[in-house]
Amino acid sequence: MNIFRKIILNILPVYFSEEAAPEEGWGRYRRLWRRVAFLTAFVSLMPLIIMTFVNYYQYKRVFEEEMIYPISRLTSNTRRSLSSFIDERRSVLDMIIRDKEYDELKNQEKLTILFRNLKESFGGFIDMGVIDADGIQQSYVGPYELMGKNYKDQSWFQDVRLRGIYVSEVFMGYRKFPHFVIAVMHEIDKGGFYVLRATLDMETVSSNILALSHRPSTDAFIINRDGVLQTDSRFYGKTFDTIHIPVPPISDKTEVVERLDDNGRLYILGYAYIIQSPFILMEVTKPEEQMKNWFSLRNDLLWFLGVSIFLIILVILWGANYLVRHILEADLRHARVLHNIEYTSKMASIGRLAAGVAHEINNPLSIINENAGLLKDIVAATEDFPRAEKFLKHIEAVTKSVERCSTITHRLLGFAKRIDTQIETIDLKNLIQEVLGFLDKEAKHRNITIAYHIPEYIPTIESDRGQLQQVFLNIINNSFDALSDGGRLDITITPSELNRVSISIKDNGHGISEHDLQHIFEPFFTSKKEHGTGLGLSITYGIIQKLGGDISVESKVGVGTSFTVMLPIKHE
Amino acid sequence: MNPISVLLVDDEEDLSLVLAERLEMKGFIARGVVSSEEALDLIEKEEFDVMIIDIKMPGIGGLDLMQRVKQKRPETQIILFTGHGTDKEGETAIDDGAYDYLIKPIKIEDLIAKIEKAAGK
Repeated sequence: MNIFRKIILNILPVYFSEEAAPEEGWGRYRRLWRRVAFLTAFVSLMPLIIMTFVNYYQYKRVFEEEMIYPISRLTSNTRRSLSSFIDERRSVLDMIIRDKEYDELKNQEKLTILFRNLKESFGGFIDMGVIDADGIQQSYVGPYELMGKNYKDQSWFQDVRLRGIYVSEVFMGYRKFPHFVIAVMHEIDKGGFYVLRATLDMETVSSNILALSHRPSTDAFIINRDGVLQTDSRFYGKTFDTIHIPVPPISDKTEVVERLDDNGRLYILGYAYIIQSPFILMEVTKPEEQMKNWFSLRNDLLWFLGVSIFLIILVILWGANYLVRHILEADLRHARVLHNIEYTSKMASIGRLAAGVAHEINNPLSIINENAGLLKDIVAATEDFPRAEKFLKHIEAVTKSVERCSTITHRLLGFAKRIDTQIETIDLKNLIQEVLGFLDKEAKHRNITIAYHIPEYIPTIESDRGQLQQVFLNIINNSFDALSDGGRLDITITPSELNRVSISIKDNGHGISEHDLQHIFEPFFTSKKEHGTGLGLSITYGIIQKLGGDISVESKVGVGTSFTVMLPIKHE
Repeated sequence: MNPISVLLVDDEEDLSLVLAERLEMKGFIARGVVSSEEALDLIEKEEFDVMIIDIKMPGIGGLDLMQRVKQKRPETQIILFTGHGTDKEGETAIDDGAYDYLIKPIKIEDLIAKIEKAAGK
């Protein structure tokens, strides 16, 4: 499940993952993506699916007209013939038993005449006999010695007694060939009855009825309700074998169904239950040749549908991704521009304010400085000035403080200043190494490892060397401040999109808190307490903006900080 | 050799007068005034080798004063003070005819060096 989820997340765009989601979440883009994908899928797939199914059913109908209906007709006709065969013989036996008196039928001679006439009019009869209510054969016409035989305990005798008529399954019996029996009962006075029982040859049915429906690819045969063959079958064996296809479900009409055999091959089965008999007529057609075209067409249709759906879904996913990604990027660009405008404006205001404050402070600073200087001059010029040394020490403290303030005001003014840039072609690798040259001793002293990740080819850029040195010195100085002794600094330079070069400076120092990170480029913001003026990174930010670049910072407390500077290859 | 005469013009009285006093102690003939008008009156009567003028002053500004001095006393060399802490303003002033510039707060040694250089000593 996890692997499946990973695959899906890899295919789906970034806004389906909660990682890197903005504060307000990706919900809006997810909804938009779903809406676009669903609507596009609906309007493009529905007509395709509808058209394919319409075509499928149209072709199927044509096929049925060509294949199924003839089989259905053939099966119906054969069923009617078979039913008529059995009905006629049952009816004639019924007529005989009603028309003739028991005594007449018991009379062997009369029965012989009657049977001869019957055979001349109706085919298939083998023998005929009369059995009394005790199951004893009273008369018999046929090739066997059955006079006096007792049928009382046989099930067919019980059946005919209960239902008045009985048609048996095919069996071998005394006669040693497949035959079946039709028996009819007639009641006489005082609750008595007798049975007229005739045996019919199944071969007559096979040759006269089933043979009519034989085709090269068709097999017509009869089974009983247990699936035992009542006639020979070309496909499924001899009489009394059990067929290896399922017995079809009971139905009162002719049915045609498509089925697959044990080898997975299709066959068409027409079948009909012959009423008032145990027989099921089966017409099996193996239409491989005839069906080839249909299967090929059906497979083509299904392939076409499958491949089309797959391709359409791919295009829809790509389209939805493309569209929503562009909207997302436009939104992000818009937000970034707004943020930059806001930030630049804020920095400019702070810069102007800082410059004003610095300028106004410079005058009183100068006064303090000059007055202290005058005092120093007076002390120096006066011989035997009392406690001159202590006096000069205090004056020195004042002038040092003035110098410190002066450094701050100069930096403040530097933050706001807009001096011209001097553009030249710069090899960034050299430039970074030059900057690190200033810090080489400190790195060695503190055992700081500096690792470079710089590909062989990095394009040179057009920029201001001096200002970039200041930028990287500020950043690397900050990293050194954050690093403990024995720490590590990774410097990576890579070409980036939009004709820019990315320089990443990553330390494994103490990191910056989320709150501090939000203010890191603002003037006077410092986490170094008395060590820092809070102007280094704000000046860095100003320079990079002026040079047409971007700077970003990522940090995690206890893990480290990474500054990324993006600089344009061409100066504009 | 005559000592170098210097006129300091800065609207900050405590600065111009104290600086003048310091320069006096260093062997210069130094006068301090607190406005351009006062400076213009003074150069009518006296000639100075070097004038040190603050750029930003109320009334007649430092750069304006420099142009007027240039007309009246072309031989006087002018050093400008700027409180903006940038080289840009000073470089503009040199282009306009100043001998040199200094960024506040100054170091007296730098000032003396520039004065002496301006006066050709």
